[in-house]
Amino acid sequence: MGEKVLLRGNEVIAEAAIRAGCQCYFAYPITPQAELLEHMAVNMPRLGRTFVQAESELGAINMVYGAASVGVRTMTSSSSPGISLKQEGISYLAGSSLPAVIVNVVRGGPGLGDIAPSQCDYFQATKGGGHGDYHMIVLGPSTVPEAGTLTMLAFDLADKYRTPVMILADGMLGQMMEPVDLPDPIDVASLPKKAWATTGAKGRDPNIILSFDLDPEVLKRMNLELQRRYREIEKNEVRYEEVETGDADIVIAAYGTTARIAKTVIRMARAEGIKLGLFRPITLWPFPYAPLKKLSERVSTVLTVEMSAGQMWEDVRLAVAERAETPFYGEMGGVVPTPRGILREVKKYAH
Amino acid sequence: MPTDLDSMVKVFSRPKSLTEARSTYCPGCQHGILTRIIGQTIDELNIAERTLIIAPVGCSVFAYLWYRCDAVQVAHGRASAVATGIKRADPNLVVLSYQGDGDFASIGTAESIHAANRGENITVIFVNNQVYGMTGGEMAPTTLIGQKTTTTPSGRDAAMFGYPIRFSEMIAQLDAPVYVTRQALYDTKRIMDATKAIKKAFTNQVEGKGYSLVEVLATCPTNWHMKPVDASRHVVDVVTKVYPLGDLVDRG
Repeated sequence: MGEKVLLRGNEVIAEAAIRAGCQCYFAYPITPQAELLEHMAVNMPRLGRTFVQAESELGAINMVYGAASVGVRTMTSSSSPGISLKQEGISYLAGSSLPAVIVNVVRGGPGLGDIAPSQCDYFQATKGGGHGDYHMIVLGPSTVPEAGTLTMLAFDLADKYRTPVMILADGMLGQMMEPVDLPDPIDVASLPKKAWATTGAKGRDPNIILSFDLDPEVLKRMNLELQRRYREIEKNEVRYEEVETGDADIVIAAYGTTARIAKTVIRMARAEGIKLGLFRPITLWPFPYAPLKKLSERVSTVLTVEMSAGQMWEDVRLAVAERAETPFYGEMGGVVPTPRGILREVKKYAH
Repeated sequence: MPTDLDSMVKVFSRPKSLTEARSTYCPGCQHGILTRIIGQTIDELNIAERTLIIAPVGCSVFAYLWYRCDAVQVAHGRASAVATGIKRADPNLVVLSYQGDGDFASIGTAESIHAANRGENITVIFVNNQVYGMTGGEMAPTTLIGQKTTTTPSGRDAAMFGYPIRFSEMIAQLDAPVYVTRQALYDTKRIMDATKAIKKAFTNQVEGKGYSLVEVLATCPTNWHMKPVDASRHVVDVVTKVYPLGDLVDRG
């Protein structure tokens, strides 16, 4: 079985990646994810695996592109401004159907912003931050242990669908320490072989990795293949959690650290007789539209709470439409909403 | 009746590691010569089954079509970073990062310098034709002073656009590279020298010696608005005065 340890979120993501068989890790330092990079610097070489501190985020994401081409499990991590730099590479990974894991420990923005927790990169992550018609799977952990399990899952999903997968964490998750049951390492040799990988054209025709064709009809077919895969992901991989929604009149829609705070708010609200529940998307893309739609049919209000000006809120409103009220409460700039502050908002809609 | 037709021997043919794909290069362009040299080298070293070609952005974007080898097409300027990822993931592969001057010495400056500085065990071929061919003949970092391009219509003015960058000399300042050389393709002797240099750059990698860079001065008759022979003459008379031929580093 695994082992129980007390670790920071950043370290748990790193350790989970190692146990998921990540062979090559490339990154550039940035707060608040530096511990992830440092954990990899110590442990990857010890295991005979690759750690490179890249010259830039562009360097790092393109090293990931190279390692992914060869078929090994590979990851990079950064925080908001660094993730902006990686967008070119993420678009190429998506266009070339290369599996890779990208971790964004989100901080306050825009611009240089600050180093405090934020959820202001939701649009960039879920709507395609780079150029072109693409998506990547986006997983939003809410606790340190879940950051570990979702990181393990991210590698499996990346390989299964040949797509980049993002772990969308935040500065709180990255820095917080929690007890974690670390899973046993997977057996890398047991992973399915990647027949498409560019491992050398020995005894077969050459494999070519590319996102390019000058013939619009051919490029259209390449795009349609991506879209086909996205529909398959939407069908198979939607993940979410509902907490005390059975009798709820009001539901908070929140993900990540904010969802965790909302769980405290549920206890406080219910002590005051307010029937409050939580809808927590775990896959931010694909977003759980259908289950939220269903839930919205039997509640009066879906209150979206985010550490942003209202980004996931757009997806919530798409899902809920006119079936319930859809107010919003958000904090920005690295300010973390308090349980009391959220409860005050909830009370506005409790009748 | 026997004739000497029966005793004819084929002494020259397309290298086995090159495909039959039709070239996308312009007439008189020297990328074609270079492609043949690389194919020949891959054959001689018998490494086609473990060679990975990195196709950059620019005129050589279609490089993945020319070789019977696995290939990876990459973002503009990032070829040396991708090469790093490939080589670190599987050191048994032989990686060729084939890059133009805009790719290697402008948009990819950071990736190029740092791959060299880490001493990645890769082979880089850097084609310097002083112009952006693919996009219509704009100024390159290597464009000569006074050279007319579509973005320097009155000629490159140093006060406005800086000087032609001697990128290989910059790489040669680093401690890690084992081989840095500048070659040309304007006549038979130069083609033979370039062939030797490229073979050495691949051999260094196969032997695990480290980073090798072969800069190749090439012609672009289309965007230089010259006939192919005049373009080659221009390399001899003008280009090599700014970019002298020869080895800059040889620690092999």
